[in-house]
Amino acid sequence: MVRWIFRVAALFGLSAALSSCVFQGSDGPQSVLHPAGPVAQEQIDLFLWTYYLSWIVVVAVGGVLIYSALRFRRRPGDDSIPPQVHGNTTLEIAWTAIPVLLVIAVAIPTVRTLWRTEAFAEPKEQDIVVNVTGHQWWWRFEYPELGIVTANELHVPVGRRVILNMTSADVLHSFWPMKLAGKRDLIPNQNNQLWFIADESGVYLGQCAELCLGAHAYMRFRVIAEEEADFEIWKGKFQDLQVQQVQADPLIEQGRLLFTQKGCATCHTIDGYAEDYSIGKPNFPDLTNFGLRLTVPAGWADNTPENLAAWLRDPQEIKPGNRMPTLWAESDPNREEEIDALVAYLLSLGRDDQQQAQASVQHLGVGGNHGSR
Amino acid sequence: MAVGRQPARPVSEVKLLARPTWTRGLLSWLTTVDHKRLGILYILASFFFMGLASIEAFLIRLQLTRPGLSIVSPDVYNQLFTMHGVTMVFLAIMPLGIGFANYFMPLMIGARDLAFPRLNAFGFWVYFLGAILLYTSFFFGGAPDVGWFAYSPLTSLSNNPGTGTDYYMVGLFIGGIGTLVTGMNFIVTIINMRAPGMTLMRMPVFVWMILVTAFLIVFAFPPLTIALFQVIMDRSFGTLFYEPAGGGMAILWQHLFWIFGHPEVYIIVLPAFGAISEIIPTFSRKPLFGYPIVILSGIFIGFMGFAVWTHHMFTTGLGPVVNTAFALTTFVIGVPTGLKVFNWMATIWGGRVQFTTAMLFAISFLVTFTIGGITGIMLAMPPFDALVQDSYFVVAHFHYAMGGGALLSFLAATYYWFPKMTGKMLSETLGKWVFWLVAGGFYLIFFPQHFNGLAGMPRRIQTYPEGLGFEFWNVISTIGTFVMAVGILLLLYSVILAFARGEPAGNDPWDGRTLEWSISSPPPYYNFDEMPVVNDRDAFWAQKYPESVHAKPVEEEFEEHGIHIPGQSWYPVIMAGALFIGGYALIYNNWWLGILMFAVIVIGSYGWAFEGIGGHHIHPEEKEA
Repeated sequence: MVRWIFRVAALFGLSAALSSCVFQGSDGPQSVLHPAGPVAQEQIDLFLWTYYLSWIVVVAVGGVLIYSALRFRRRPGDDSIPPQVHGNTTLEIAWTAIPVLLVIAVAIPTVRTLWRTEAFAEPKEQDIVVNVTGHQWWWRFEYPELGIVTANELHVPVGRRVILNMTSADVLHSFWPMKLAGKRDLIPNQNNQLWFIADESGVYLGQCAELCLGAHAYMRFRVIAEEEADFEIWKGKFQDLQVQQVQADPLIEQGRLLFTQKGCATCHTIDGYAEDYSIGKPNFPDLTNFGLRLTVPAGWADNTPENLAAWLRDPQEIKPGNRMPTLWAESDPNREEEIDALVAYLLSLGRDDQQQAQASVQHLGVGGNHGSR
Repeated sequence: MAVGRQPARPVSEVKLLARPTWTRGLLSWLTTVDHKRLGILYILASFFFMGLASIEAFLIRLQLTRPGLSIVSPDVYNQLFTMHGVTMVFLAIMPLGIGFANYFMPLMIGARDLAFPRLNAFGFWVYFLGAILLYTSFFFGGAPDVGWFAYSPLTSLSNNPGTGTDYYMVGLFIGGIGTLVTGMNFIVTIINMRAPGMTLMRMPVFVWMILVTAFLIVFAFPPLTIALFQVIMDRSFGTLFYEPAGGGMAILWQHLFWIFGHPEVYIIVLPAFGAISEIIPTFSRKPLFGYPIVILSGIFIGFMGFAVWTHHMFTTGLGPVVNTAFALTTFVIGVPTGLKVFNWMATIWGGRVQFTTAMLFAISFLVTFTIGGITGIMLAMPPFDALVQDSYFVVAHFHYAMGGGALLSFLAATYYWFPKMTGKMLSETLGKWVFWLVAGGFYLIFFPQHFNGLAGMPRRIQTYPEGLGFEFWNVISTIGTFVMAVGILLLLYSVILAFARGEPAGNDPWDGRTLEWSISSPPPYYNFDEMPVVNDRDAFWAQKYPESVHAKPVEEEFEEHGIHIPGQSWYPVIMAGALFIGGYALIYNNWWLGILMFAVIVIGSYGWAFEGIGGHHIHPEEKEA
């Protein structure tokens, strides 16, 4: 009997160890197990506490179950009838107490963490407030105090509390910056709040977690946490925008003209595009300072000239189900030339030189401390 | 007893359609009111739809094997996972439990049939035709693609102009009618039609769990029906319950859906608990340990099922007060669930455990459900839920609870009751293979999904980029589907083999404990030729081994009336057919067809009501004498 208990316990202990190794080893850029901010840290600590507690339960239940099934198996030829035991009150009371105690052990830290991470945050002077609007299938970020509107990439300073006021323009979405905080749903006609703090600079991945049809799988985003000085530079790029003049580079100038000629400007805003140019089309991604973006479209691929060109050439190929029109017929002789011009123009926006955005990608790395692509 | 009682006075009869009397052939199945035949129809239909859902799941897994695959388009992918969920929950696993209940609950309480045999037939046909209606959407412009819980405002006309959503709403609306009447039928039957001496606290646990389930059905389906009706009104008549532009309140759908949806989980799982509570004692040769505790905890779980619905909505911004309250009520459910597991284990302890295929499935259920319960407690912690809600961690959790909790135990029930239903044994040698392939495949598919959830993989995405660490476990998961598919195909082969040249089962192949084992296999159409008299729990065991349970000898004498065999009827299938066609009228806003079908329903209910008692009396004991 003792031998059997040891065997069963060893079996379960082994699988416990194995499984712990497996999940501790998973440090992908979206893994919730290696958080990068205090909110996500508290949330995952709660899980780890329950996780170790639950192995005790699994080992105990599985061990006793397998032990008793084997110990009391019917031997060949044994037709005896065991004592017909109907129950035992002492035992029942004892094993009612066990789950009650376990549940209390889980409930107390749960409620404590819940109020620390989910209680309404009153914005203070230091905090960065962002209004987030979910659209099929991209994210609009508006910094009301800074006068900045951008899409799909949320820039925040390290160490400061970021308070998101969230709603949706169409169907449900869910904002899930897994390294920084648990998700919160974006619901039309409703305002939800989510807050987090990034401990270290880095590019943190995230994506929409609530089915929104179409290009749902491609509705990703980045949270770019920067040191205060870098954040100031980024902010300045928006706040000190000059009205664009005729560009020296003929390719870029052609792209600038194409932006209206091909109809891009019907939907997309580029702040400072021209003197009498109207801005603020809230239902389409804002392209101001597009050259600073790390990804295209909505966090799916790196914002390289090749990827941007592929995206403009055939949006449905890159992001099936999205609403960006295909602007050139395949037979259009000017297609490649015009795409090159638009790419050159768009990538010039907000960049002092071509290398800057690339450099910043490498500088920050994806996922903060853990894992880089 | 009501069974066999003659009407006191003649009733008025309006014979629109004569009572059919076929005993074999297709028409006899169409017009049957026999609970055993309807049980078989339920079980066959459930397995048929489970097959369809498995094919859908198989395609889903293929698509996710590697990053960036395009085996199916995003649109088709959305339809596949929606129909997989809808089918498994509404058309496969829930009706499977209802099917086993239909067949065995009357036998276990010593009844001739359900209280309302024609209503039972109606319930089946409405469920079946509602399911067919839902599936015809594939041929008429695409299946529903909004997920099995169809969150508003994805379902509003402005966001979803196709007819797929209409098929979802109308199909579930019609199917829900069938489930609802069956629930009521079960309650009336269990309360009124038990054999002499079968007190409530002598009822088999399976019957108890069916009683609780039936109450859950009756209370849980109305909110769903209301919600479905609101969306149908929105889409067909331009109301604005869920239209955001008109001030619609998206979150209301979630409340109404989950106050149905969480009890629905127990509607699926409690019959499974009941079946397990019969199988483990039989193969341990011991009565269930802590019978009253197991029953009370089942009732408590059912009751609390109505008080936990917002744990599906922790991330919708209901605030910390609501989240705290519903986290605590959800934790509370862990206690009775744990109690059940302990009592099942104590039943095994000290028994003579026989490792039949049914018992192996039952034991695997205990382990699997324990894991599903633990991840359930983890997800009940709102802070952690926020991290992994709508990720593969949740997918893994509910497949452990529903796939492991319900499916594995219904497979146990299939192996356990197949001999009774058919008179043939399933091969135990093949059975062991089926068990290891199905249970092994299940673990291969779903255990890795916990890891992928923690790695940040959301559910309902048809593809994912490379380099996020999802690749390895997705491959393992897909391999698992192949293993499980082989197991299921082997089960099918085993069933065919049993019919072709299976060993005869005899009345009581497992040395059973409950009344269904006291009659022949398959049971005669009149069930019991002699009214069983019950003087203990595990009534049949007490008859066989009275000294082992110190059962008192039977003293009660009662009058035999003969057995009333209810007559067959056309009306259930006609009414269900009218609802089915009327469903299309509602989907395509074809009001003339709708009015016509409404007329059929009105005339049909009139004909049904005044069809007369019908049927005939038999006296088996005289016949044999």
